[in-house]
Amino acid sequence: MNQPGFLDIISFGPGGWGAALLTGAMMTILIAISGFAIGSVIGTFGAWAKVSGGKTIRFIADGYTTVLRGIPDLLVIYLFYFGGSAAVTAIGRFFGSDGFIGFPGFLAGALAVGITSGAQQTEVFRGAFKAVHRGEIEAAIACGMSRGLRFRRIIAPLTVRHALPGMGNVWQVVLKESALVSITGVVELLRQAQIGAGSTGMPFNFYVVAGATYLAISTLSGALLQRSERHFSRGVRRN
Amino acid sequence: MDWSFALETFISLVAAIPLTLQLAATSILLGAVLALALALLRLSGVRVLDWFARLYVFAFRGTPLLVQIFLIYYGLSQFPAVRHSFLWPILREPYWCAVIALTLNTAAYASEIIRGGLLSVPHGQVEAARACGMPSFMIFRRIVLPLAVRQALPGYGNEMISMVKATSLASIITLMEVTGVAAKIISETYRAIEVFVVAGLIYLAINFLLTRLVHLIEYMLSPHLREPRLQTSVQGESK
Repeated sequence: MNQPGFLDIISFGPGGWGAALLTGAMMTILIAISGFAIGSVIGTFGAWAKVSGGKTIRFIADGYTTVLRGIPDLLVIYLFYFGGSAAVTAIGRFFGSDGFIGFPGFLAGALAVGITSGAQQTEVFRGAFKAVHRGEIEAAIACGMSRGLRFRRIIAPLTVRHALPGMGNVWQVVLKESALVSITGVVELLRQAQIGAGSTGMPFNFYVVAGATYLAISTLSGALLQRSERHFSRGVRRN
Repeated sequence: MDWSFALETFISLVAAIPLTLQLAATSILLGAVLALALALLRLSGVRVLDWFARLYVFAFRGTPLLVQIFLIYYGLSQFPAVRHSFLWPILREPYWCAVIALTLNTAAYASEIIRGGLLSVPHGQVEAARACGMPSFMIFRRIVLPLAVRQALPGYGNEMISMVKATSLASIITLMEVTGVAAKIISETYRAIEVFVVAGLIYLAINFLLTRLVHLIEYMLSPHLREPRLQTSVQGESK
């Protein structure tokens, strides 16, 4: 049999898939980071809307989090991928080009992941803000800090401290969700494994390698998150 | 929004609801049994069993569900031994592969929830049961399990909702459940928004009913937290 062995798959030599899989892993990380960043921005605004928005803004924010947490992520990715293509094609037609214009899968994926994780991060940030002691803010006001200074020096760091464990969970979810972006054809880790599986006829080996890579990424990033948690909890007494 | 198209979509999506519910219900039920077993392994105190359960939870929580589905559906067919075994009629079917993957996945998450519930049972309750002379299995059946179930229920409700959402991934291995039908309609018509709204409403409705159901069970399992109902009959009269 001329089938490649397990080590040949992950080797970086000629005929090995190591380099391709590593590039795919990088793409996975890139999608996850972009989605997570978009989600953080949405989450910040969502939490702000829920904490100090008026009735209408709060209603919209509540609706957003309820809907996005009750709908499969895959459906959201389909919405952005196909909906984006339809929208881009319509815009293209407006400017006189005819024919179909595809929406880039990476953008669709990052936006979809960002919007779903934004709903989770809204809740994380809201809870974290609620955990900041009123007294700390009062003390800052008493010291004569302006609103901006208060936010930057007191509220933001304390909120981050309380939000980090929750953000870590959301990151792990985002990382796994990024695998769904493979359906848009973006060559990330899972898509690359699919390509490899198809061309060698060894799906099991490729998916095991892909799974192990996801495990490695999530374990490494988990360790990093723990370090940053320690950084942001300096000065907190532990019993 | 084109209402006649939305109605047409709604009718074809409703026909797919039974498959979604069947996938979710089967895997949640089978997953609960496996999860309880895993939680008991974790708490067994036998190091080998404990580590097996830890490894299982680590592997299934750290990899994307889609990788697990691919590993079972595509991966296992790589081995001639599997293809010629008596299990092949099951592992050949995308439906059963999806159920197996969803079951194994939810068991990992749920086992941690159940473990938390089991650990939350106050020691005094067990001691009291032992003082009453109950054998250990009876203590587990009558005291520990009911208390643990009550404690784990809110978390388990969330897990059930994510399982309903996770069934959407079965569409990637050709199962025509709600998301599968929705994706087919979207790719045929490129009207992503209408289909998304209709499919999203279906998932929201399912998840809403599910949360109501969990709340109802929670209510039924905590009579001690309710206001006592006014007794209208005189004690002893019913005999």
